[in-house]
Amino acid sequence: MTLAPETTDLLVQLRLEDGWFTVCDLHRLTPGRGVAALLPDGRQVAVFRDRADRLYGIDNRDPFGGAAVLSRGLTGTHRGRPFVASPLLKQRFDLETGQCLDDASVRVTAYRVRSA
Amino acid sequence: MTATPGATPTIVLVGHGMVGQRFLEALAERGLTATHRVVVLCEEPRPAYDRVQLTSYFSGRTPEELSLADPEFIEAHGIELHVGDPAETVDREARAVTARSGLVVGYDILVLATGSYPFVPPVPNKDAVGCFVYRTVEDLLAIEDYARTRAATGAVVGGGLLGLEAAGALKGLGLSAHIVEFAPRLMPVQVDAGGGAALLRTIEDMGLSVHTGVGTQEVVVGADGAVTGMKLSDGSELATDLVVFSAGVRPRDQLARDCGLAVGERGGITVDDRCRSVSDPHVFAIGECAQASDGRVYGLVAPGYEQAETAAAAIAGNEASFTGADLSTKLKLLGVDVASFGDAHGTAEDCLDVVYADSRAGLYKKLVIGRDGTLLGGILVGDAEAYGTLRALTGSVPPVSPESLVLPAGADSGAQLGPSALPDEAVVCSCHNVSKGAIRGAVTEHNCTTVPEVKKCTKAGTGCGSCVKVLGQLVTAELEASGVEVDKGLCGCFGRTREELYEIVRALRLTSYRELLDRYGREDARGGDGCEVCKPAVASVIASLAPVIGASGHVLDGEQAALQDSNDHFLANLQKNGSYSVVPRIPGGEIAPEKLIVIGEVARDFGLYTKITGGQRIDMFGARVEQLPLIWARLVDAGFESGHAYGKSLRTVKSCVGRTWCRYGVQDSVRMAIDLELRYRGLRSPHKLKSAVSGCARECAEAQSKDFGVIATSNGWNLYVGGNGGATPRHADLLAQDLSDAELVRLIDRFLMFYIRTADRLERTSTWLERIPGGLDHVRDVVVHDSLGICDELEALMRAHVAHYRDEWAETIDDPEKLARFVSFVNAPDTPDPVVAFVPERDQMKPDLPLLSIGLRPADDVLEGSAQR
Repeated sequence: MTLAPETTDLLVQLRLEDGWFTVCDLHRLTPGRGVAALLPDGRQVAVFRDRADRLYGIDNRDPFGGAAVLSRGLTGTHRGRPFVASPLLKQRFDLETGQCLDDASVRVTAYRVRSA
Repeated sequence: MTATPGATPTIVLVGHGMVGQRFLEALAERGLTATHRVVVLCEEPRPAYDRVQLTSYFSGRTPEELSLADPEFIEAHGIELHVGDPAETVDREARAVTARSGLVVGYDILVLATGSYPFVPPVPNKDAVGCFVYRTVEDLLAIEDYARTRAATGAVVGGGLLGLEAAGALKGLGLSAHIVEFAPRLMPVQVDAGGGAALLRTIEDMGLSVHTGVGTQEVVVGADGAVTGMKLSDGSELATDLVVFSAGVRPRDQLARDCGLAVGERGGITVDDRCRSVSDPHVFAIGECAQASDGRVYGLVAPGYEQAETAAAAIAGNEASFTGADLSTKLKLLGVDVASFGDAHGTAEDCLDVVYADSRAGLYKKLVIGRDGTLLGGILVGDAEAYGTLRALTGSVPPVSPESLVLPAGADSGAQLGPSALPDEAVVCSCHNVSKGAIRGAVTEHNCTTVPEVKKCTKAGTGCGSCVKVLGQLVTAELEASGVEVDKGLCGCFGRTREELYEIVRALRLTSYRELLDRYGREDARGGDGCEVCKPAVASVIASLAPVIGASGHVLDGEQAALQDSNDHFLANLQKNGSYSVVPRIPGGEIAPEKLIVIGEVARDFGLYTKITGGQRIDMFGARVEQLPLIWARLVDAGFESGHAYGKSLRTVKSCVGRTWCRYGVQDSVRMAIDLELRYRGLRSPHKLKSAVSGCARECAEAQSKDFGVIATSNGWNLYVGGNGGATPRHADLLAQDLSDAELVRLIDRFLMFYIRTADRLERTSTWLERIPGGLDHVRDVVVHDSLGICDELEALMRAHVAHYRDEWAETIDDPEKLARFVSFVNAPDTPDPVVAFVPERDQMKPDLPLLSIGLRPADDVLEGSAQR
């Protein structure tokens, strides 16, 4: 994750095991909302942009309901930490760590994201 | 048969009215139903019902809804209830009662609760066909039947409380109604000349004809023996097809007289202060048939309840006495507030009146003040807002000057004397005799923090309900005084309520969530990203106000897109496997075959599961995100528009088929439902809104379970508000009656905008109505009587909404930028989400649910290098 200057030429990239994977142009991301990206191995990642243009990526699948919908949740700030609330049953997940804020035993995969 | 010593002692109750039922409850509470055999003889064909609310039958309450006797209660306590079988004779020697059926029941204790009978003046032809009294459900059914078939005009003899109710009912039945009152004013017992004058103007404005100061001399009948008119004492004759006698009631004490029990000079079984007959210790009398130890016969239900409790306590051997009651009353008659309390007519020596009268507004307020400044009583007509406080202050010297208590709020020296000025011993709830001190105690000692908790703890406010407003103010004041910090904030980001944020957005024309958060959010939330609670709430406020604050009318424009709940974001309803459901609007549930075929074809072509909804439309399930624009392109092309099933906004206006087809319908309910649905479609509100229109009182559209429901009458429409189905069902309250089409729409406009303005987030109209101070009365004052002077603005807001409405889906499919979000994957727009898959079921398909659980991974299966940053 890096701070991205306001420009539309930049690409959103995810850090995978074997390098940076390009998801889309930065302008496709609306501040405060997410998009879903399909990885080559079939995994899905939910990618978010906050109002300060910081980027985040976590697994797209809601571990409670099983559907791949976290990218469609509402984001927010809880005690200074960015989170997304699942659109299914509203459990919140920390966007930087993937930790569920409402159930300490649940965590989703988090990815490094950058704009480049 | 008489009671034998050693056997279970028997209590026989004669009469199962409101007071009789309360007596049974009091017996049960004291465990007496377990130790005694309890037999009830009831004359009417139905068990106890709420006689006070009798008139509400004409606004749609059924006799079953008026019932006070729960069959489970009767059964659980082993009470032997005989309806339609009145007691005919009492043998006090043998201690036995004989009923009409021949049933003989021996008693150890006999309780008479026979109530009263309507007084019919002894005029010629008083029993002619077309003459009625107004006392029981059966009377109402008879009046209704006669009015429907044989009458266009009706006259009520008696301008008291029941007479006005009866006249209102006749008007509601579509008759032109007259009131004939012998006294020089209406409600002569409760109000004085000034109050009567204010009442008269208001009643006449409603279209009722009032004749005061004249007596009825004769009922005139035609050749067939049916009523054709009335001769009055001033020599005039009044043409009428129907006469209702409502000239007062008399205690029903014949049974007692026949068996030699002492009765008062003007009737009523004479009892002591334990409600026991002065002539027979085995006999009690309660309610309107009894003459209390102060020599009075009480015709109000609250003293009757107190007598029922007293008699039950006496039977249980507990201390209790009834020596007289407060006759204070507060009523809403035909929509007009009338209240009187204490020495309303100024009978005390040397007392003085303080009067405020505004004929134009139909207001009349009088206080009776003693020489030493003590408040002795008063009368309020047109505005009884201050009743709770004033009644409680009666008997003390008010802390401010008397005139400031009757001047309208906002007038120069008009004081708003809150309940905090009351002394602790002041009785706030007179139905249950609860003092202000007891209410404070509920908060300070029993840790109650809400009005419902205090109601439960003290019983205050559970009788007539007139003190609930004062109760709310007391609870809030006490909580604040005891330092309980009640955080009313919307969420962790905003310390303000939704209502306050609405006012800020409206006044400052703020169209940006970020600006609102950074300026009005809690300190530590400013500059942040908000949360999932306040973002949709603010989005809804901005959308509701969009036309007047200059925000974009489309919920997916600009920043608004980022605030919407997931459903609004895709203008569809998210289902458990990540697919969406689609609901096109079908206004009023009316749909032509061609459009039905389109829905069928779309569902078939996209492989969707279809189901008929409870709101009379069709839901299509199983659409993937990328299919939504394609589906809607077809639907919009066929003339459909968004049904807003995904939004906190108007869902449907259900309707029955109405006058056009139905043999019973009296109005065109389908037309009205369509008009309402098209008017309010797309209106963003604190929660979803449901509505229905029924074409007659049979209520096939179930309008009384809706946020706003409309029921046709022969004269127009009745408007009900605050109904709910779901987990906490609530019957809607009647807001106004017999409205024209235009009046109905105007009232709904105001009601909805007032709700949107003042409700909490996700607060349905039912909970809102229960929560806001003043409840239904306050809402009626604001939206019907415009007590806040905001109705013009509320109507203007709704006009702006109607004028700016656009179909969200039609605009979305025409906008490539908005369409770009309708993909499963930003980097593979043509690839569908593999988790969204379906399997067959009952000729259709359902989500492939096992597919969802395959995705569950243990928490420690985190990718290398992913979370350490």
